Amino acid sequence: MTDSKYFTTTKKGEIFELKAELNSDKKEKKKEAVKKVIASMTVGKDVSALFPDVVNCMQTDNLELKKLVYLYLMNYAKSQPDMAIMAVNTFVKDCEDPNPLIRALAVRTMGCIRVDKITEYLCEPLRKCLKDEDPYVRKTAAVCVAKLHDINAQLVEDQGFLDTLKDLISDSNPMVVANAVAALSEIAESHPNSNLLDLNPQTINKLLTALNECTEWGQIFILDCLANYTPRDDRESQSICERVTPRLSHANSAVVLSAVKVLMKFMEMLPKDLDYYGTLLKKLAPPLVTLLSAEPELQYVALRNINLIVQRRPEILKHEMKVFFVKYNDPIYVKLEKLDIMIRLASQANIAQVLAELKEYATEVDVDFVRKAVRAIGRCAIKVEQSAERCVSTLLDLIQTKVNYVVQEAIVVIKDIFRKYPNKYESVIATLCENLDSLDEPEARAAMIWIVGEYAERIDNADELLESFLEGFHDESTQVQLQLLTAIVKLFLKKPTETQELVQQVLSLATQDSDNPDLRDRGYIYWRLLSTDPVAAKEVVLAEKPLISEETDLIEPTLLEELICHIGTLASVYHKPPSAFVEGSRGVQHKRLPGSAGSGESVESPDVASAPGVSEAPPAVIPSQGDLLGDLLNLDLTPPTTTGPPPPSSGMQMGAMDLLGGGLDSLLGGDLGGSPAMGGGFGAAPAAMPASFTAPVSGGLDDLFDLGGGVGMPMGAYSPPKTVWLPAMKAKGLEISGTFARRSGVVQMEMTLTNKAMSVMTDFAIQFNRNSFGLAPAGPLQVLTPLSPNQSIEVTLPLNTVGPVMKMEPLNNLQVAVKNNIDVFYFSCQYPISMLFAEDGKMERQVFLATWKDIPNENESQFQIKDCHLNSDAASNKLQGSNIFTIAKRTVEGQDMLYQSMKLSNGIWLLAELRVQAGNPNYTVSLKCRAPEVSQCVFQSYEAVLKN
Amino acid sequence: MSASAIFVLDLKGKVLICRNYKGDVDMAEIDHFMSLLMQHEEEGLICPVMAHGNVHFMWIKHSNLYLVATTNKNSNASLVYSFLYKLVEVFTEYFKELEEESIQDNFVVVYELLDELMDFGFPQTTDSKILQEYITQEGAKLEVAKTKVPTTVTNAVSWRSEGIKYKKNEVFIDVIESINVLVNANGSVMSSDIVGSIKLKTMLSGMPELRLGLNDRVLFALTGWSGDKGKTVVMEDVKFHQCVRLSRFESDRTISFIPPDGESELMSYRINTHVKPLIWIESVIEKFSHSRVEIMVKAKGQFKKQSVANNVEVRVPVPSDADSPKFKTSTGHAKYVPEKNLVVWTIKSFPGGKEFLMRAHFGLPSVENDEAEGKPPITVKFEIPYFTVSGIQVRYMKIIEKSGYQALPWVRYITQSGDYQLRTNV
Repeated sequence: MTDSKYFTTTKKGEIFELKAELNSDKKEKKKEAVKKVIASMTVGKDVSALFPDVVNCMQTDNLELKKLVYLYLMNYAKSQPDMAIMAVNTFVKDCEDPNPLIRALAVRTMGCIRVDKITEYLCEPLRKCLKDEDPYVRKTAAVCVAKLHDINAQLVEDQGFLDTLKDLISDSNPMVVANAVAALSEIAESHPNSNLLDLNPQTINKLLTALNECTEWGQIFILDCLANYTPRDDRESQSICERVTPRLSHANSAVVLSAVKVLMKFMEMLPKDLDYYGTLLKKLAPPLVTLLSAEPELQYVALRNINLIVQRRPEILKHEMKVFFVKYNDPIYVKLEKLDIMIRLASQANIAQVLAELKEYATEVDVDFVRKAVRAIGRCAIKVEQSAERCVSTLLDLIQTKVNYVVQEAIVVIKDIFRKYPNKYESVIATLCENLDSLDEPEARAAMIWIVGEYAERIDNADELLESFLEGFHDESTQVQLQLLTAIVKLFLKKPTETQELVQQVLSLATQDSDNPDLRDRGYIYWRLLSTDPVAAKEVVLAEKPLISEETDLIEPTLLEELICHIGTLASVYHKPPSAFVEGSRGVQHKRLPGSAGSGESVESPDVASAPGVSEAPPAVIPSQGDLLGDLLNLDLTPPTTTGPPPPSSGMQMGAMDLLGGGLDSLLGGDLGGSPAMGGGFGAAPAAMPASFTAPVSGGLDDLFDLGGGVGMPMGAYSPPKTVWLPAMKAKGLEISGTFARRSGVVQMEMTLTNKAMSVMTDFAIQFNRNSFGLAPAGPLQVLTPLSPNQSIEVTLPLNTVGPVMKMEPLNNLQVAVKNNIDVFYFSCQYPISMLFAEDGKMERQVFLATWKDIPNENESQFQIKDCHLNSDAASNKLQGSNIFTIAKRTVEGQDMLYQSMKLSNGIWLLAELRVQAGNPNYTVSLKCRAPEVSQCVFQSYEAVLKN
Repeated sequence: MSASAIFVLDLKGKVLICRNYKGDVDMAEIDHFMSLLMQHEEEGLICPVMAHGNVHFMWIKHSNLYLVATTNKNSNASLVYSFLYKLVEVFTEYFKELEEESIQDNFVVVYELLDELMDFGFPQTTDSKILQEYITQEGAKLEVAKTKVPTTVTNAVSWRSEGIKYKKNEVFIDVIESINVLVNANGSVMSSDIVGSIKLKTMLSGMPELRLGLNDRVLFALTGWSGDKGKTVVMEDVKFHQCVRLSRFESDRTISFIPPDGESELMSYRINTHVKPLIWIESVIEKFSHSRVEIMVKAKGQFKKQSVANNVEVRVPVPSDADSPKFKTSTGHAKYVPEKNLVVWTIKSFPGGKEFLMRAHFGLPSVENDEAEGKPPITVKFEIPYFTVSGIQVRYMKIIEKSGYQALPWVRYITQSGDYQLRTNV
């Protein structure tokens, strides 16, 4: 006998009949009636009219009947709020039932009755259940707090339930802990500022203990909660990682992915040279690969996440290409994702295999998949230069198949290959032209027309080809029309004699017969250019185009960081931040990865953390470098409007700089709040310094950063050799190489600008992005004469340290924008920190001793300098040249200890102990500083100075 | 965190049963599910996640049902899919088959289960053996004893009840290895791996402590065992049942656990070593347009002579418009399965080292099918008993129970085909 019989009574007067049955004296009949009611409810009939009669059945000792009545209540209480009150008494009574199953059932159900009126009656029973002796009741009550909070947050807070919930994290039963964690996380998520989950090492330890004992689902709640924690230092980070890694062996894919999330996040804090870091990287690959044998939907989630992981840490899966090969019976969404990851993992080492696979896929039947496979071949060509030729020949093979959509995709990607490798593969144009007639998609037609126009001089019948398109000009899509217009103008500029008629035809089609404003405007511009100054027209239309970049589809770094924090969730599947698809989450803080070891965010001393103005956790406030670069690149710079000879006055250049500066400031203005964390870190350092060296802290950050300043000193500071900062390839022919130096107390940027383009360059200007030490140009870039092709010029740019400050990663990173008459270019370079060591960096002996003791030992870091063959005096002299002053020397058991001090331009003191042992080429440097994040850079400078 | 509500729909998208867990998504939103799915299907872009406005649907399909979870938050998607599959597992164990009829026939139990499996979107107890102790289908005859919460639900050992008794204490261990192979049309092996699984059928009384010893190389390295007594095996990745103490395994590679009663999968592992495909297929498929297809398939057993592969099936794809099949085989028999466009060549018993041939001939219509067809690969199915490719062995299974009974472990080995595909040229 089955329950289906309950669905079959569908006569008139049914409600009436049910009512009678519900009020029957016979228990069995009552239960049958309730089942019929529930059956009607299930098929979507409205049985709310029976509310009082059903609630009357609530007081029963039959568990099954009780469950059904409760189910009914959950569904209809909201529509009958007044009558729902009738149920309260029973709930209160049931919460004291001797059977824990009934107590739990009552507390679970009452939380699901979303009627404001009755919530306050439920507080007392809930309070009791939270302290129930049976863990089954407690774990259910824990969830009930989250339910109640959702209905009436204020009530829950007033009643102190949140504290009780927090206490449950220490419960002896792992299921209770897991549910309490889940409930707290849920509440915290909807109230981001509640600071509910103030995770500290003690609670973390409790969670990690419960992790070993609770159900698979509980493990997920705990891991997801752990992922929100930011460990204090790399040691804590490592110990958490060690306790989380066993979860990678769990059979449940969701447990594995949540564990991966925690590891990917905490790994950021581990120093890269740590053995454990390498071990962890190795441990991550196998479980990720195994996820691909799960059910297809889980595979899909895993693949979307692997796509992120591969972008963040390509080293993890670089040897696992084969597992992403597509199987015939994979669902389409799995196939497309695998393909994407294959391209990301493509490298010179595996490209042959990848290409063979892609070619195989391109002969499948699923059109979307085939198209993507053909595109993938093009992307491989652009990504792995050595494979370009093979990719092109593979594409040509595919064109020979004459499968229409394959040919069209192939032509679109070949156009991109031409853009990336100009003047290399044009021999294939003839083959492409053969397929002209079969192209019916706008993108492919536009691509083909672009190719014909771009290489018009090598295609004998280019005019005929283009003319053939012109016949149906008005039926073409805008994309094709625009491309055709440009292509014919190019053709005209290259072969003016034969094509005059054609160009006039297209110009009149575009300007007179079209009502598309874009097309018309472009037509007019060409027309005027051609009629007024054909030479200028040639320069504009046939100008050298920037090369296309290798990876165009990478996720922007800040977004990527945020998504890594959301591994396993919908955000990671959509590749969108939660704020983009969850309502009401706009104010919610974006999650960020913690800073890496040595960058300082994790090792800030406690007094810094409590400094005024630093209210939020540092990792969340400091805009990461990627963010900034994004801003910098988004700058919408208006090109200079004047032409002609470059103005010799620097006034004009200053104007151009304003253009840059203004844009930067206004764009970055919103991020100003980002600097206090850094400023605080540095500012606090001198605060505890002996009075003679302190700057007035109360004076604010600006004063602190003003401290830099030079006392004249003879030359001799170490300056690294020039390196290429901006290759000509990336800057339309402008090459910049350079270095930094400190000469007579002034920091200088010494650059060589070389023009490797075909045209004259003028109107140079330079601008720095905010950086760690406020480096900024002290004057305009002095390039007074235009730079002719193949000419080089040496420029020295004096710098000061009063510019805007923002912490960079690495600390000594400097992002630079250089503008000329062609475009604006961006590059970043790193300066030796020794350049910022001031001439007045020699500390008094007494002060040195006191300061050394005063700085906590955690701030000390030690480095080895290998293979240095100087004796201690020579080393001391050499270092002095770079303003690293030896204050005292001590010799203990044949080992020279040099005590040294240096002072950064922003007033931070660095103390060092250099140990040199006769006959041992390895030096040891111990550095102490109140801002330990600079240690790494200082160490690099030590090594550079000593070895030069 | 995860699901706001769970729905079970029939193939037309009608709601058979549902449960609203959080109340933050309008239950009527489910009405958009079917049209969204159709739309995706038409565009050829089927996807397990679909969005309508700010409501997200995560769904799986099982027999003639859709199981759908809705949410408007940034839910843990992997948790939701794991849970949906768990739902299928629990329902299947309760009702034998999970399909439209079984949902209707058991709606009271389904409601009870939905109430117990998840609370406010958080999955709770999902072990069907434990659930069956307090949620039963014979609700009418509910005994008082059954209405108590089994302590197991909240125990650290949430998968095994106390007080289990057997007259004869035994445990059966099945070591099953599946071979996944992908071979290119030109005969080179693109990828191959072994997915192994150790399954238990436990018939033991009380709360026994078990320890399983394998010839795992990492373990041998750790214990300093020289390993000269035989082959050792390197497992690329291991996944364990909830019952195995993971941190213990992590620290000293000991597989220790209190087993669930009855059947369960204790662990699975993956081995990446390049194995020679056990059954090697060479095929020549010649298609003469408008007239015929000629197929020649050679199968070779590349495993030890002493072993025998059973129930071997070589499935060769043929064009959908092929007709009048003719076969010739050196052993076994071939059959045309037109609904799948396949020739299935079955060989009941295939000894190692042997080679067999099959020839097939099909006619093709003179008017060609203009619909493009894919290039399905040749697939192979087989089973080789008493043998594992990786050489993995159970070295011991220690069973300790406080009552001190003697229990016998029985071990069986079997190797079978997994995803075994060989691409063809046609």
